Amino acid sequence: MELNAISIGFVVFTIFTLGGGIGVVTTRNLFQGTIWLMVSLFGVAGYFVLLSAPFLAAVQILVYIGAIAILITFAVMLTRSVTRIKTRYIRLVPSLLASLALFLILLLGVTMPIFGGVSPEHAPATVASTRDLGAALVDENGYVVPFLLASVLLTGAMIGAIFIARDDTA
Amino acid sequence: MNVLNEWAFIGMFAVLAPIFPALPIVIAWLFRPRKPNVLKSSTYECGVETIGDTWVQFRVQYYIYGLIFLVFDVEMVFLFPWAAAYNEMSLFGFVAGFLFIFLLTDALFYAWQKNALEWK
Repeated sequence: MELNAISIGFVVFTIFTLGGGIGVVTTRNLFQGTIWLMVSLFGVAGYFVLLSAPFLAAVQILVYIGAIAILITFAVMLTRSVTRIKTRYIRLVPSLLASLALFLILLLGVTMPIFGGVSPEHAPATVASTRDLGAALVDENGYVVPFLLASVLLTGAMIGAIFIARDDTA
Repeated sequence: MNVLNEWAFIGMFAVLAPIFPALPIVIAWLFRPRKPNVLKSSTYECGVETIGDTWVQFRVQYYIYGLIFLVFDVEMVFLFPWAAAYNEMSLFGFVAGFLFIFLLTDALFYAWQKNALEWK
């Protein structure tokens, strides 16, 4: 591998992503696991920067670290005995098999266009900008139906959460 | 090397910014006297002794607030590219964006009606 800024960045972000992931699965404290997850998600945001997708990097930080990690923190804090949960389940063989199978599926999915992806030699030369993304989101031949479905899904999530929480407190 | 130029400042910030809070801690660790006793190393909050366990169970209301925040966070994520393409958009795209906002305003109205925004 050629030693330039991108390859150094790749190594640094890989250390963040994998190190955070190792932290998540090895710590026995759920709260510390959440912090490690944020480190891992930050590394993924760095990958998006290296792939010339700054908007997705910002989304990764805002939504995953800013919102989803906070929700996980709250969920951990809602559990009754936060740090006293002794999670010590060691199932080495099943977890190794599961992670190996997932790795192989993802490897095939990335290297071969079997999930409807585009192979590297057919990829467009120009990188789609945020403006192209916005135009495709509301284009009648593009992604307007998923775009509006996302809004329905968000509405449903919010109404459902309020309904369940109200039922709990009433 | 275009990526480098655009992100060099953020990269420099990412390296330099942690040094600023770390440096006083390291300096203090180097020069402080080390004479701990039971009273000094006891836990306190704003100078007052703590009552009960620090790891208390949080109220579910925090989670609702977090979830409502997440919903509008994701809305912003969708609306930003929409706004970036605003000038070259057809009437259909304009209406689709407003339908998106309307549906989520609906959810906000529901939360307001059910007093989910009030801290009880």
